[in-house]
Amino acid sequence: MKAFAQLFLSLDETNKTNEKVRILKDYFNSVPDSDKMHMLALFTGRRPKRPINSTLIRTYAIEVSNIPQWLFEESYHVVGDLAETMSLLMPESPNSSSKTLTEWIAEINQQYTRTEEERKLWLIESWAMLDAQERFVFNKLLTGSFRIGVSQSLVVKALADITGIEAPALTHRIMGSWMPEDYSYDQLIREQNAADNISRPYPFFLAYPIQETSEKRKNAEEVGAALGPADEWQAEWKWDGIRAQMIKRGGQIFIWSRGEDLATEKFPELHPFLNALPDGTVLDGEILSFQNDLPLSFSVLQTRIGRKNLTKKILADSPVATIVYDCLEYAGEDIRYKSQSERRETLEGLYQQTKFPEVFNLSRLITFKTWEELETIREQSRVMIAEGIMLKRKNASYQVGRKRGDWWKWKIDPLSVDAVMIYAQKGHGRRADLYTDYTFAVWDGDKLVPFAKAYSGLTDAEINKVDYFVKRNTLEKFGPVRTVKPELVFEIGFEGINKSSRHKSGIALRFPRILRWRTDKPKEEADTLDSLKALLNE
Amino acid sequence: MAKPLLEFTDRGIYCEQGRFYIDPWKPVDDAVITHAHADHAYIGHKNYLAHHLSREVMLYRLGDINLRTIEYGETVTKHGVKISMFPAGHVIGSAQIRVEYKGVVWVVSGDYKTDDDGISTPFEPVKCQHFISECTFGMPVYSWKPQSEIFTEVNNWWRTNVQNGVATVIVGYSLGKAQRILQNLDLSIGKVYTHGVIENTNEALRRNGVILNPTERITFESVKDEVRKGIIIAPPSSVGTPWMRKFGPYSFGYCSGWMAIRGAKRRRAADRGFIMSDHADWNGLVSAIDATGCESVYLTHGYTASFTRYLNEIGFNASEVHTLYGGEEEEAPVTEGEEKKETTPSGDEVKEEIVS
Repeated sequence: MKAFAQLFLSLDETNKTNEKVRILKDYFNSVPDSDKMHMLALFTGRRPKRPINSTLIRTYAIEVSNIPQWLFEESYHVVGDLAETMSLLMPESPNSSSKTLTEWIAEINQQYTRTEEERKLWLIESWAMLDAQERFVFNKLLTGSFRIGVSQSLVVKALADITGIEAPALTHRIMGSWMPEDYSYDQLIREQNAADNISRPYPFFLAYPIQETSEKRKNAEEVGAALGPADEWQAEWKWDGIRAQMIKRGGQIFIWSRGEDLATEKFPELHPFLNALPDGTVLDGEILSFQNDLPLSFSVLQTRIGRKNLTKKILADSPVATIVYDCLEYAGEDIRYKSQSERRETLEGLYQQTKFPEVFNLSRLITFKTWEELETIREQSRVMIAEGIMLKRKNASYQVGRKRGDWWKWKIDPLSVDAVMIYAQKGHGRRADLYTDYTFAVWDGDKLVPFAKAYSGLTDAEINKVDYFVKRNTLEKFGPVRTVKPELVFEIGFEGINKSSRHKSGIALRFPRILRWRTDKPKEEADTLDSLKALLNE
Repeated sequence: MAKPLLEFTDRGIYCEQGRFYIDPWKPVDDAVITHAHADHAYIGHKNYLAHHLSREVMLYRLGDINLRTIEYGETVTKHGVKISMFPAGHVIGSAQIRVEYKGVVWVVSGDYKTDDDGISTPFEPVKCQHFISECTFGMPVYSWKPQSEIFTEVNNWWRTNVQNGVATVIVGYSLGKAQRILQNLDLSIGKVYTHGVIENTNEALRRNGVILNPTERITFESVKDEVRKGIIIAPPSSVGTPWMRKFGPYSFGYCSGWMAIRGAKRRRAADRGFIMSDHADWNGLVSAIDATGCESVYLTHGYTASFTRYLNEIGFNASEVHTLYGGEEEEAPVTEGEEKKETTPSGDEVKEEIVS
């Protein structure tokens, strides 16, 4: 654990990518192989299960820290991270632990078989055994996600340097479901083939945005200048669903979401079509709600995603289907090296054979001759229930991760309204202790009605100014939420708008975010609920 | 009931009987100043009273003002009200203001810290009935380590940078942190260079008779390769500016109490965050307030709401008051690198979270 705690500290102490890679390499070189795999699992989002729920951990931490509960909660709002809050509030310990990361995780896993009393005792004793930094990391293991400013690609880079295995191959080998208990470092670095793990997905190829923010709009001419001749590109609609990789191998089927979650059971409608695919097939596409062969908006799909039990009613109200746009493996062969056009032909071949055309939809290619023509077609995105257009270079292979060059997304501009900030709340992580999460309202007669929450889109300098305003213009405090004097006006952008019975305003927005601070607008000039509702019909 | 000796007005803390204000933020006739930081020593008053060691810095910062200075323990009487100053330990020349009239004693802390930094006169608790206190770091998550430990970290970091041929830039406020850093560096490692703003303050303090370690002001003639072997003390406003970038490659360390929180540290995008504050930590605040033996305590700036509630729960008679202090010299800058927009999570990323 010492080495792992030190790894955290060292990574925190630098902002430089090369330095981070060096630190990761030093770590890999200094710990046993089992620790390497545990670290890799943690840094790629594979946390051990939590034997003690976080409410209980909180309660024990409050006991150990000897402060009132409300003060613990206030402290948490200041720190913005539960694991860190607990380690800061506990009395200092002169001890330090010599157990390895593997040993600690094994101990954590053992707690499953213990009683609540035994777990509590173990936890309090463990805290007493660890120094402040170790305790923080230990708390992270027990409670939090491991978002620590190190991307998976950096970890892979360090590992690639050490093992001499190329980064894309390593990225592939750490995809899918594995836990450090059943996947050894030896297995990782040994030569592998697809049959070793029939459920393993390929790393997703992600498109790069053509316009990085909605303010930097690009016209056809600029797109052409950046991408070259239009006939080198394949265009499709950018569907607004769940990106998924669908696998049929060895008679079994697997559906992976982009977050590397196995979601096979969440989409039973897709099973017949996948089972009918030839063995050794991997498809890449989008899962959407469909009705009468037409995609429905994402909000329909959303109603079933979170459900544990898919009732008949849900399946009837929100049936899903796929729009498939790529084929990564065919007849057991990894064909990612082939060109977009060749893979497309293979995909079309599979499509022609399917007996389930109502579930297996092919992503239609958009015919266009010039960038200007495509720009006009893009205007129809909302009507198509699409988010914009995808551009794929016809001669490009299927690559790993988000890369500039061969896959681009050209999204439509967001809808927007001017709204007044009325509530503010403190953020988390690097926004801890700053008022960064705001609720916005529009006018309904002479009343302001809240309609959206947004927490991103401002520069740090702007956030500091808004934070200063909030602290000096608080009307009321409700727990962590402050009601602020309605004065500041912001332009709020969003991707879509739907009716909602759960919200006071009667509407719900999709991906609301702050486009800009309208320092030029008095609050009286903010938009009205009627003008927002008018967008419902568009 | 008679009017309290000190009241909180929209100009600052006011003593009606003595007809003077303490740290007023709007122009007044008579101002008593706890220390020379900008959120306490405003421009525009007719007469100023401050500690002797604040003299040159105030003249440098506020220009040609009508300033009288006194020593710690010395008493000035205004309309029967006795005013005296006691060390606050915040920065050189910082004072708590003790005000006494007909046996009633109030103390205004200004900003203070209870640990001895080796350069400011150490904090002395002053008995009083009413204590007006800051609470910049009034949350239990703030707990400072001994200064010697922090400077061991600083000096080790500097030494490593010299070995790696990387310049060392350490950032701290020009009055207070800069001198504290200067006096605690291991000068066997190299020379200390200063940004002009800091050197101006150093010079003012030297004119005031304060003995500081030798420094060299950075000018156009400074040789980059020489500077790289030393350490540069720079103010927060210089972070990310072309001035700083010309010393690149550099490692930049930020000294502040806010560095105790990872999120705050990441926000400042410093290579190294050193947890070092000129304000009292949680335990320091509670013990300082306790040591005054006061009947009532007023909290002016910081985590006033939580800290007030806590003090009341443990038996003090505490209340929050609204002032314009704080947010000035502990406020962190926005570095140029941070000026970019936070990226909005794209639809794809949000969806990813929904599914899991």
